[in-house]
Amino acid sequence: MGRTEVRDGTGGTGDAVIRLDGVCKVFDVYRRTGLLRRERREVRAVDGISFEVARGETVGYIGPNGAGKSTTIKMLTGILVPSGGSVRVAGIDPSRERTRLARRIGVVFGQRTTLWWDLPLRDSYDLVRRMYRVEPARFRANLDRCVDLLDLGPLLEVPVRQLSLGQRMRGDIAAALLHDPEVLYLDEPTIGLDVISKAKVRQFLAEVKAAGATTVLLTTHDLTDIEQLCERVMVIDHGRLVHDGDLAGLHAVGASERVLVVDFARELPAVDVPGARTVRVEGPRQWLSFPASASAAPLVAEVAARYPLVDLSVREPAIEEVIARLYGDRASL
Amino acid sequence: MADAGVPRAGRPVRPFPPGEPVPPEEPAWRRPADGLRAYGLIVGMWTRSALAYRLSFVMMTFGNGALTALDFAAVAIIFGHTTRLGGFSLAQTAFLYGTSGMAIGLADLLLGSMDGLGQRVRDGTLDAMLVRPVPVFVQVAADRFALRRLGRVSQAALVLAWSLSRLDVAWTPGTVLLLPVMLVSGAAIFSAVFTLGAAFQFRFGDASEVQNSFTYGGNALTQYPPTVFAKELVRGATFVVPLAFVNWLPATLILGTPQPLGLPRWVDWVSPLVAAAVCAAAAVAWQAGLRSYRSTGS
Repeated sequence: MGRTEVRDGTGGTGDAVIRLDGVCKVFDVYRRTGLLRRERREVRAVDGISFEVARGETVGYIGPNGAGKSTTIKMLTGILVPSGGSVRVAGIDPSRERTRLARRIGVVFGQRTTLWWDLPLRDSYDLVRRMYRVEPARFRANLDRCVDLLDLGPLLEVPVRQLSLGQRMRGDIAAALLHDPEVLYLDEPTIGLDVISKAKVRQFLAEVKAAGATTVLLTTHDLTDIEQLCERVMVIDHGRLVHDGDLAGLHAVGASERVLVVDFARELPAVDVPGARTVRVEGPRQWLSFPASASAAPLVAEVAARYPLVDLSVREPAIEEVIARLYGDRASL
Repeated sequence: MADAGVPRAGRPVRPFPPGEPVPPEEPAWRRPADGLRAYGLIVGMWTRSALAYRLSFVMMTFGNGALTALDFAAVAIIFGHTTRLGGFSLAQTAFLYGTSGMAIGLADLLLGSMDGLGQRVRDGTLDAMLVRPVPVFVQVAADRFALRRLGRVSQAALVLAWSLSRLDVAWTPGTVLLLPVMLVSGAAIFSAVFTLGAAFQFRFGDASEVQNSFTYGGNALTQYPPTVFAKELVRGATFVVPLAFVNWLPATLILGTPQPLGLPRWVDWVSPLVAAAVCAAAAVAWQAGLRSYRSTGS
């Protein structure tokens, strides 16, 4: 959508490492209607998606729960066979040559580990090295770097089941990169993490991105992940791609708003500041809504200059809200 | 972390290079060798990790052996009250017990983790196996490989050795050859049943109890002489789930006992063929199960 299509007509990868063309995934859902009778219902989890991701790009893939994000990732890894359309990752059809593709991709499932639960991280990594036939020198260089950047040193001898969620996630991300994958899929890598762990994960992914060699597709519910890592964001809703472009574009299209929460020294009537509107007043605290595409700085300066300001914070719009606003019209149809 | 992006002295900065071109898919004939290699890797890792706690490993193996030893005591107690069971002596029954126990023990040692597949399907951890460059079958089979399961094989081997020392067998080159052949075929038949059971779990997540009734139930069945069971059960174990080929049928040749169903004598020799057939059926079922998982996502 709005992106120029890269086509080389040869079926080769060209610049696009990931290429989807009219991809569908239909599930049959059965509902019991009687003792033996059941009703079949088709659910189109992914409903005709086409996009391309160029080598070295970091793309955010977002959408509400059940929109089809994970189903797409599963088709891109070869776990699921598409019901229609064509998928190519690094020139390989994932569902037909799953094990061959496996050497070239790295996958992190935020919800569950790909490591061996009862084994120390070091043993898991060693097994990864042998399974993927990573050259020892290269493995050591990659492991050293991951251990260094992700602070894994003290965790290497700890069995995975004893790691905290944040530690486990860092361990998982390292495991996915030890064999130098061309494509890295991150399915909610920051889900459930505390602020510090999230920051560590993002900082690490920023490094991976800066190196420029790995193509990253990232699904998340946290807009900050996207803001800090992705120059491009795709939004999927009800199995369809509804936005493909930069984050600012998403906010502009969605007309999303951020909220400045201000605490004044005393109770005031609803303040009137240009560029924002007061949406809520509760004692000395007021909520000022302003467009997400605008900077908060001039607004804060304005408020501070005019009123006795004690404290303030900015609330980012949740992706769900942005999308809800984007497609509120369609949903009501 | 702050200097993360800055090149440091003494370390080559080669951050996350792209993977080198991957060679084309290996020819089909290489795949079994690759699978075996991967099986060896996973098994080796679990064994090393179990041996890290040596005392615990020894105790588990000993406990495993002791439990199965008690199991044979039950057979011995029956013979405290009678000298013959369905026309079989204690030594002959011990032969059946030993061969059946070794067959399932070997299958359990090699593929014992298969019944955990349903759990993996339910909690989604199977997906992690599907993104690795190793066949899923190998990963599921080798998962949590436990060398302590050797306890069961050794106990069955001891019972078998004891029975052979007590039996008066007129050994011929044929029967000497038949003994290892029936053990390997028996292990293959039980392995196929484990695999079939697992294949169903792709679709019906909680089928592991059904599987257990055929594997461990089949083991309990073939520990005893076929003559103590109803003909229908023996028929079922011959023609439906071919557990009779684990030991009942080939054993008649070694023990010189009558054919339970009065089948021709050549049937004593077909265990390897039956094993190959059920293994082929299991392979087809496994592929079908995996395909259905990959199209439904469960």
